[in-house]
Amino acid sequence: MKLKGTVNDPRMQRRYRAEKRFRLYAMSAVLLALAFLIVFFADIISQGYSAFYRTEVQATINYNDRVEMGDYRAAVSDEIRTVVSRGMLRNLPREVRDNPDLKGTSETSWMPVKGEIDQYRKGHVDSLDEELLASVQRLDEAGRLGFAPNWAFFTNGDSKLPELAGIGAAVVGSVYLLGITLIVAFPIGVMTAIYLEEFASDNWLTQTIEVNINNLAAVPSIIFGLLGLAVFINFFGVPRSSALAGGLTIGLMTLPIIIISTRAALRAVPDPVRMGAFAMGCTRWQVVRDHVLPVSLPGILTGTIIGLAQAMGETAPLILVGLIAYIQAPPTDITSAATVLPAQVFTWAGMPQTAFAEKASAGIIVLLTVLLSMNAAAVFMRRRLERRW
Amino acid sequence: MHTSLLLLAALAAIAPLLGMAYLAGRTKASRVAASGAKMHSRPQQYGWFALMGVALPGFGVAIAGGFASLLGWFDTPWPILLVACLLVGVGGLMTAVSLIRPELRARNFLEATVRRILLAASLVSIITTIAIVLSLAFEAMRFFNMVGFWGFITGTQWSPDQAFLEGAGRASEDASFAFGSVPLFAGTFMVTIIAIGVALPVGLFAAIYMSEYASLRVRGLAKPMLEVLAGIPTVVYGFFAAITFNPFIVDAAAWVGIEASYENMLGPGIVMGVMIVPFISSLSDDVLSSIPNSLREGAYALGTTRSECIKQILLPAAMPGVISATLLGISRALGETMIVVMAAGLLPNLTANPLETMTAVTVHIVSNLTGDQEFDSALTLSAFGLGLVLFVITLVLNIVSTIMVRRFKQAYD
Repeated sequence: MKLKGTVNDPRMQRRYRAEKRFRLYAMSAVLLALAFLIVFFADIISQGYSAFYRTEVQATINYNDRVEMGDYRAAVSDEIRTVVSRGMLRNLPREVRDNPDLKGTSETSWMPVKGEIDQYRKGHVDSLDEELLASVQRLDEAGRLGFAPNWAFFTNGDSKLPELAGIGAAVVGSVYLLGITLIVAFPIGVMTAIYLEEFASDNWLTQTIEVNINNLAAVPSIIFGLLGLAVFINFFGVPRSSALAGGLTIGLMTLPIIIISTRAALRAVPDPVRMGAFAMGCTRWQVVRDHVLPVSLPGILTGTIIGLAQAMGETAPLILVGLIAYIQAPPTDITSAATVLPAQVFTWAGMPQTAFAEKASAGIIVLLTVLLSMNAAAVFMRRRLERRW
Repeated sequence: MHTSLLLLAALAAIAPLLGMAYLAGRTKASRVAASGAKMHSRPQQYGWFALMGVALPGFGVAIAGGFASLLGWFDTPWPILLVACLLVGVGGLMTAVSLIRPELRARNFLEATVRRILLAASLVSIITTIAIVLSLAFEAMRFFNMVGFWGFITGTQWSPDQAFLEGAGRASEDASFAFGSVPLFAGTFMVTIIAIGVALPVGLFAAIYMSEYASLRVRGLAKPMLEVLAGIPTVVYGFFAAITFNPFIVDAAAWVGIEASYENMLGPGIVMGVMIVPFISSLSDDVLSSIPNSLREGAYALGTTRSECIKQILLPAAMPGVISATLLGISRALGETMIVVMAAGLLPNLTANPLETMTAVTVHIVSNLTGDQEFDSALTLSAFGLGLVLFVITLVLNIVSTIMVRRFKQAYD
């Protein structure tokens, strides 16, 4: 006999099946996200890892008179000239002029080859100009072609020649930008949070500021770009494409993030700490400076790191204030033209050559490595330094 | 002269003066105290008082001078400005130190000044909002004066080619252009619908799994994983959508026998959805976790299965939070730029087929502002018109979401 409401009841079994199905949906949502993450990282890494090494050719460079006169093509044999990167040869005349001792000597060294040959040897493109292919095969058999670590990728700036393009200038630009962002957003953000948490009474002004900060945190980033363009560049006359314009814009964007996390850190400090200090005769500012701030500092710094990590990956507002310029040399000043790492990735992603897609992926690998380490550092700091009350 | 060096030089000149002021104030206060007088405040507080005496007038002059030269009233060369600051600072130092006597309430002054400085800092966020509204409204007004507001809002034709030539200084005789933003917004709404279509079920189910089903260990692994998803910059998602995902969709569509464009909206939409998943899942997870266990236990006591409890008890209770998370997700999707800039097209196309080339509002904001256009041209200003509408829509969504949370907040206890 089947009893109602027992395991054998078909209606119960239907309900159990529904339960299992539901659980499966929920689990598959998490698995879907995980699968995307794996596919995503596998895709980016498989596309980008090959940019960290490059094909080089063993070339004999003759520093002769014609090179000094500017005819850099005379420095190497015809065969080498067809395969070696033009950008490397172009520097030779200046090298000779800067260093007269070189004149008349010859030197054998490994030099990067043209981008298309590099891509061919890495298997990213199938076809190569026939003549070029013949040279490459000959050199390959002679053992004069080989892979070497591409350190230039980390030191060079952007280039029209993919084999010489690197993230060096963009990284310097990013550092400048983050520095300005920090200078703008950190003091103002922490001071705002202190005011709202510790000083302000609950009146209309305080409420306006609070609502306003929450709204600001949800404004699309591109609107901040329009703000930066209209206010900083057109009104205040900050040079376009400069790290200063970008840093101010991103600073305003990071401000709400820092305010919100600092407030949370301040709120986590229990009231008895304040009351004890007040009882000792401290003024409000003394309570904050000597008692509340020191214990909430890890929380504040954690929030700041997370805010900076977000600022570092931001691209859209920076495009609007012009930080996507073609930058070969790192910026020397906060007002000189600069670009940042994500903007460099964006520029390369728009290039037609496959070699630049490889560079963009490699740039992304570097960017993600930095961002994930920043976030990991924040999590680590929170775990290790934050005080539990 | 480099700007950064200049700032450093100014700082190097002012920092010792500030230090000197602090020391002078403290020393004088200590001396007065040593002579037997009963001071109102501690000596350090007189030191800070003297420091403020230098800093406030000094920075005041610097800011005033900077603004004056900015607005073009008079152009002060920076060395003169710096010297003026230092002179005023020295003056302030003398005055402050001479003011120090036992009955001076340095502590109260310090407290009030700190409070004012903090208040001033917190006004920056308000000023930012005002600046956003004003700059958008001002430039958008100029744009609407050129093309008309209703034509912009309701027009279905976006063909600013003539305006482009005009902006480039090559206007032709029959200068006809149309700025109807409907096709652009259609693309933005299309990508938003797809993104939310992906993000809401995945995010909500992920939240349900993590808060109701997962063991602590699984939760400890799954939560950071979703946070990684949230930490990936949008340009990276855009690259993935443009280089990998859109070609994949074209291949997949061709395999089924449908033709898809390489600039279709489905790819960016799905990738954007994945980007928003952690956003919805973490907010929903918080809401679900904040529901007290007594509700679950009550439901189980009545004989529900877990899923029945979730569907009939927990989700209705969490609904305001989920809806507010969804609204915030929509507002993010509307304003998202890099994914559509990199993966979607530039061609305005009013269609309901996500596999066709479409464009979005943010794509045109970016493309209209990156060319070599005069800033006054209609094309450039159109970006501000689009930005204003976008800002208003996202603002309304954010406010509605805030109100939802406040109004329907469940108070357990």
